[in-house]
Amino acid sequence: MSNFFEETDIDTSQAEAIVTETLKNCDDGELYLENHKSESIVLDDNKIKSSTYNSDQGYGFRAVTGEVVAYSHSNDISKESLRKSSDNLKDTLKSKKGTYNHEIPKTNSKYYENINPIESKTFDSKIDLLNSVNNYLRSKGSIVNQVTANFLGEHKSIEIIRSDNQVLKDDRPLVRFNVSVVLEKDGKKETGVYGVGGRQSYDDYLKDGSWKDVCDEAFRIANVNLESKPAPAGEMKVVLGPGWPAILIHEAIGHGLEGDFNRKKTSAFHNLMGQQVASEGVTIVDDGTLHQRRGSLTIDDEGTPTENTVLIENGILKNYMQDRLNARLMGTKSTGSGRRESYKHVVLPRMRNTMMLSGKYSQDEMISSVDKGIFAVSFGGGQVDITSGKFVFNCTEAYEINNGKIASPIKGATLIGDGPSILKEVSLVGNDMKLDPGIGTCGKAGQGVPVGVAQPSILINKMTVGGTKL
Amino acid sequence: MIRDQEFLKDIASYCIENSKKLGATDVGVKVIHSVSENVSFRNKKLDESNRADSFAVNLTTYIEKKKSSINSSDLSKSNLEKLIERCIDATKITPSDENNSLPDKDLMSKEIRDLNLYDETHYPNDKKIEFLKKVEETASKDEKIVNTEAGFTENKTNFILANSNGFLGGYKTSNFSSSCVAVSRINGAMERDYEFGSTRFLQDMMKPDEIGNIAADKAIKKLGPKKIKSEKIGVIFDKRISKGILSTLASAISASAIARGTSFLKDQINSEVFPNSINIIDDPKIEKGLGSQNFDSEGVETNSLKLVENGILKNYLIDTYYGKKLNLKSNGRSGGTTNLYFENGTLSFKDLLNSEKKFLYITETIGHGGNIITGDYSVGASGFMVEDGELTYPVSEITIAGNFKEMFKNITLANDLEMKYSTNAPTLLINQMTVAGK
Repeated sequence: MSNFFEETDIDTSQAEAIVTETLKNCDDGELYLENHKSESIVLDDNKIKSSTYNSDQGYGFRAVTGEVVAYSHSNDISKESLRKSSDNLKDTLKSKKGTYNHEIPKTNSKYYENINPIESKTFDSKIDLLNSVNNYLRSKGSIVNQVTANFLGEHKSIEIIRSDNQVLKDDRPLVRFNVSVVLEKDGKKETGVYGVGGRQSYDDYLKDGSWKDVCDEAFRIANVNLESKPAPAGEMKVVLGPGWPAILIHEAIGHGLEGDFNRKKTSAFHNLMGQQVASEGVTIVDDGTLHQRRGSLTIDDEGTPTENTVLIENGILKNYMQDRLNARLMGTKSTGSGRRESYKHVVLPRMRNTMMLSGKYSQDEMISSVDKGIFAVSFGGGQVDITSGKFVFNCTEAYEINNGKIASPIKGATLIGDGPSILKEVSLVGNDMKLDPGIGTCGKAGQGVPVGVAQPSILINKMTVGGTKL
Repeated sequence: MIRDQEFLKDIASYCIENSKKLGATDVGVKVIHSVSENVSFRNKKLDESNRADSFAVNLTTYIEKKKSSINSSDLSKSNLEKLIERCIDATKITPSDENNSLPDKDLMSKEIRDLNLYDETHYPNDKKIEFLKKVEETASKDEKIVNTEAGFTENKTNFILANSNGFLGGYKTSNFSSSCVAVSRINGAMERDYEFGSTRFLQDMMKPDEIGNIAADKAIKKLGPKKIKSEKIGVIFDKRISKGILSTLASAISASAIARGTSFLKDQINSEVFPNSINIIDDPKIEKGLGSQNFDSEGVETNSLKLVENGILKNYLIDTYYGKKLNLKSNGRSGGTTNLYFENGTLSFKDLLNSEKKFLYITETIGHGGNIITGDYSVGASGFMVEDGELTYPVSEITIAGNFKEMFKNITLANDLEMKYSTNAPTLLINQMTVAGK
């Protein structure tokens, strides 16, 4: 746990006094302090390409009145700097006043241990493992053209000081281990990428040779893609595999259900609360409380304990994801979804682990019901236009389906759909819900935060597949 | 408010001296201070004001051919001392790589030219507020506009780059940017569009009513889009997205992609990659240029490069490390391109639209569907149908797909190049792409 005021000219009670004085006429706000350590070690092209250690510390001071947010941040934790920030906030909000006495609920739950993953595995053993990954993959034959592997580890301590002298703290470990392999055969090159991670130590994900599973999966995907044919173009049936393909849910539905876009009425979902937005078998939640998951948080970045928020229940839109500001303005409570990338960023309502729950059908039933379509197993990134509702994502492993049977693999293609209508096209929900391997980062307004997704296999009646074959 | 060169130099020298004391044979360091003030508006009311004051130090230490780096935002000497020690410890146990080194001394930048990159004008927040009010008043004039957001950011940065071979250089830069997002609505369905301006000098900023008008006009024109049938058709890329073609080229000809063998343009140097009418320039020395620089991120002198001449690929983008791998000298492109642009084509915008009976005109793409290894390209798109030279109706929920190798060879440029961003392209046509729709 960091002591932010050690080695500074200010102590906790003086900081509390500045916070209380600055925010006395405001609806809300806080002083957010953060200490962030991270490392990145990359093996590429048979060499340790880089090893980098980052150490960052600073504060973000926020004052909120009505709809207006004033924010000032700095890496200089000192009396003078805080005073300057305080003046800056008071200056912005000079004619405003208000109070929002919604207390932050207390929690005793913890969804991860306070470990520092960077220090809990030696530098030497990380280098050794990266070299083992390289040797293991290259031993698979001369078709292995390029291997990249990397460790990304971080430890973040945060402290939130509120105007009632309430102090909230959290310590968050996070790791990610990625492998990417390029195969070359008959002049054709293809990539396979796989990774694992979450809020535990590296070894929890890599022990007992399980790092080899990560390598094997990357190799398998690249190998499948070497045989890929041009993807079809046009509207057709799409079966999505379980797990990571749930980024469809994240893009198509998740962003549109974030509180800010609905308060501002810029989301395609803003007037659909209580209405049928999905087929009856569809239930979607956003859960911040799963143990050690990448998207989980004990408390969010405003101090609110996270929860399991039901977004869509049996096809009916039930809740938006809220931070304190949007919750207050919409007359509801924060769902513990207020997040920020770092002390340099303002809080926004964000997703945590977004999951579609299991139904009753098997994946085989779905595939055998499709005459002509595609079966998408893994994806790269996705994106959404919140206002028009149009979203895309890119397949990294997909197959054609012909007459109820999986046929040849197809080249990476973009799939495009319409958020508010896509879930009504979900005709079968599988019984095989799976969490993603812990690799997702969500971008919004220039801020990246770690997230998770999960879903069972699903059958979508109609989506546009962006291939080249007419 | 922005710290001076002396302050930054002092930190840089401290890092170099202490690293050497602890056993580093070579050291590279960058120290940056930046102050940024942002005001944003929503529906004609103040929404957010944000002031950022940030320091950063990026240090790389070498022990012979071993290398390791640290980054920190805390410039206190007690913190730096601890981090330098950590960096040296990591360097000692990192395996060596024969290509690790500082740049050759004779390639380093010798003099710093004033490229007019710093405007000391401070635009106070109440002025920004006045500006944004005008932006939004103009943007929301039409009743079909139901939501507007606008922002103004002012940024001032000062930096020092130094290494243990005696290089030390840095300078101030400034940036003013303003944007407006407008949401239009008809029959319950909404569309969103934007306008954005970014300049080194405040006086060069677009007028607020111009920003507001363009954003609103574009959002209204997008209303009531249709999904079209899948077909092969010529696709025209609006200037806002045609520059993306250049960004793809830049990734594909970076020395790292070439050396790693992961570029669809590997082994294409001195081959015809574009039609022979096409020239592509990267010029770091444009006055007031958004991508302008005196030297690259390693301190290597940068000069104008013709990347593509008469359709032929002439240069890669080379830094020190991958240059050594390729047996080529750095051409000052560590950190990528600077001011990258297509030289103008010959057809006017109107003539381009009239060059066939029917086109798809794309104003926006979504998704990250470009694969640099294979050249395969597939992205979501929206825009307009063009029939007999006229934009007839908006189109959305479609994809466009092809392969960059063929797309590059089928480019026709218009003559409407503007230097608005750091990467700039005129309107361009790519014949015969696959559009997936209904």
